[in-house]
Amino acid sequence: MPLYAERPPLPSDDKRWRIVNGTMRKHGFSRNALIETLHTVQSSFGFLDESAIKFVAQSLRVPLSQAYGVVTFYHFFSLKPPGKHTCTICTGTACYIKGSDKLVAQTEKLLHIHPGQTTPDGEVSFSTARCVGACGRAPVVLLDGELSGQIEGSDLEKHLERWTTQ
Amino acid sequence: MNVEELQEIADAAVKEREKFDHQINVCMGTGCLSQHSDKVKAAIEKEAEASGRKCHVRRTGCMGLCAAGPLVLVEPSEQRYGHVHEADAKDVIAVLDAEPIARLNPHLETYFEGQKHIVLENSGHIDPEKIDEYIARGGYEALLKALTDMTPQTVIEQISKSGLRGRGGGGYPTGLKWDTVAKVKGAQKYVICNGDEGDPGAFMDRSVLESDPQRVIEGMAIAAYAIGANKGYIYVRAEYPLAVQRLTVALQQARRRGFLGNSICETQFSFDIDIRLGAGAFVCGEETALIASIEGKRGTPRPRPPYPAVSGLWGDPTLINNVETFANVAPIIRHGGEWFSAMGTARSKGTKVFALTGKIKRTGLVEVPMGMTLRQIIFDIGGGVPDGRKFKAVQTGGPSGGCLPEEHLDLSISYDALISAGSMMGSGGMIVMDDTSCMVSVARFFMEFCMTESCGKCVPCRAGTVQMYELLTKICKGEANRRDLEQLTELCEVVGATSLCGLGQTAPNPVLSTLRYFKHEYLAHIDEKRCPAGVCECSPVTAEAAQREVHA
Repeated sequence: MPLYAERPPLPSDDKRWRIVNGTMRKHGFSRNALIETLHTVQSSFGFLDESAIKFVAQSLRVPLSQAYGVVTFYHFFSLKPPGKHTCTICTGTACYIKGSDKLVAQTEKLLHIHPGQTTPDGEVSFSTARCVGACGRAPVVLLDGELSGQIEGSDLEKHLERWTTQ
Repeated sequence: MNVEELQEIADAAVKEREKFDHQINVCMGTGCLSQHSDKVKAAIEKEAEASGRKCHVRRTGCMGLCAAGPLVLVEPSEQRYGHVHEADAKDVIAVLDAEPIARLNPHLETYFEGQKHIVLENSGHIDPEKIDEYIARGGYEALLKALTDMTPQTVIEQISKSGLRGRGGGGYPTGLKWDTVAKVKGAQKYVICNGDEGDPGAFMDRSVLESDPQRVIEGMAIAAYAIGANKGYIYVRAEYPLAVQRLTVALQQARRRGFLGNSICETQFSFDIDIRLGAGAFVCGEETALIASIEGKRGTPRPRPPYPAVSGLWGDPTLINNVETFANVAPIIRHGGEWFSAMGTARSKGTKVFALTGKIKRTGLVEVPMGMTLRQIIFDIGGGVPDGRKFKAVQTGGPSGGCLPEEHLDLSISYDALISAGSMMGSGGMIVMDDTSCMVSVARFFMEFCMTESCGKCVPCRAGTVQMYELLTKICKGEANRRDLEQLTELCEVVGATSLCGLGQTAPNPVLSTLRYFKHEYLAHIDEKRCPAGVCECSPVTAEAAQREVHA
């Protein structure tokens, strides 16, 4: 009997799994490559689902509990698929002083969801960030990953309406 | 690589530069990029070509004054322009030899006067993705000097002599740290650069990594030589994609030029660096948590000692310094420790980069000598509070720091002065608040931050921050009494004294400092059920409560 279980087969023939496998190979399938690999999964698939976590954990011979622990510990990893559009409001100190809490409240009202949720139709994911490091342009909002600084409530509303009424 | 070869590269880069009469530098840091400075650069390039002028339009890192972005710097006239948009490209070219016109907002000098750039000396002057431009400005001279003319011990002596202290916030003497790691016996040692800038309101590390990544690499290589390490890691936040991308390019170029890899500069010294991405946990800025994260685990801190200097990454001796600390290393080696220690105050040497944000006219990044007063930074450089409002407080040190009121504006900036005033240096966030900010809400904001960012390993921090947050919420809502305030003060002491790591130990600081300087605001919420700044909604609650009392 082999000392270690063999590496699991790729979950599907989706080409993105090969990218994931590539990251693990680069690190010699070592256990400490867990976070790096999860980053690759998230950047390829947009989120981490159960099969992905299982696959990575088995490949790196990390206990599944530990892999799940890591995924849920870090805010950057998401277990749910993102919506078609993403709206991230920075709630760092500089943005807070410039009224990002009002932007959050306004967005909650407009989309009828709380930060960390996606609209039921899967159109818009809404989240808050702990400082994106563009404090000089506060308040800052990331719309589909693109940074908009010194944003007014009315501008944000226009943007979100464009997404929701499409 | 030897001195002559390095000089050749530098000369070639200078020659390349001299082919052009004008250098037009366009800021492409995150702040300006968000205002499409990439399009501005393309437009200026097109205009320059059409005009037939010999201009080199260059992408550079952050120029500092984010409030006036997109920024353009013309060399050799050193003329700066602000708010330059695509439509202004023609004007930028037209006034190259003439007096600048007002439409281009040419009067930005007040922001730059009084600053002293060491860490940021190349920011805005070089293309961060071209190593040769860095070499042309004296880059890698220090590494070569250290490797060929200095022993590891003399490198550490120079760093000790310079009086450099950790720029991540703790202020631990860098020379002493290096010396400790150098003295520990071990075949394998590591150098880690802490770029997990989680402190909300601070973005100097991001800026340095985006504008001048080679300088950090050079600093790390010198440190590795001094302590005897051959492997380094840069831990960067995944939220900083541009910094990661520029760093990746910089590492490739440094390897190609032979400043990383085996037998660097034909010596026995070998060193290479890998990037590790953070995944959004503030606690990973704590060194033992950061090490756990690099090892692929949950980023929870562990008790110290043993310090990472003795048992760090995978149990081996490890040196951890902040991005800005490493950025200071090359200039110190180049000019000598005494040059550096001539700047600053008795116990805080050199310069410090601050992120000036909040309710201030000119937001952005400033680098000033230690010992400058808060008033000079906020009013002379930053231009004071806009819209005719009144200055209320300045917050330094992020969630671990405190808020300083007007009477402390003449405080000279140094590690010790800030701590004795009840705040701290931190990584260098400086958030200005005007009279529209409620200090109790601000304290609550920071407590919410610490509460959600607590890793949950030790009870005082995990449970204490929640309790403090709820008490502060109660005060904000006007539902608290004097007993709650007493309990809050008591909790501050307990959490501060008994938490495992810096996050918990310093979590009470924003509350303590606001209690020290703005106790009247707390009392107004508690006794009079009103918010002096008009931020908290305490009155409707009391009105309802009063009505309930009437009905009862």
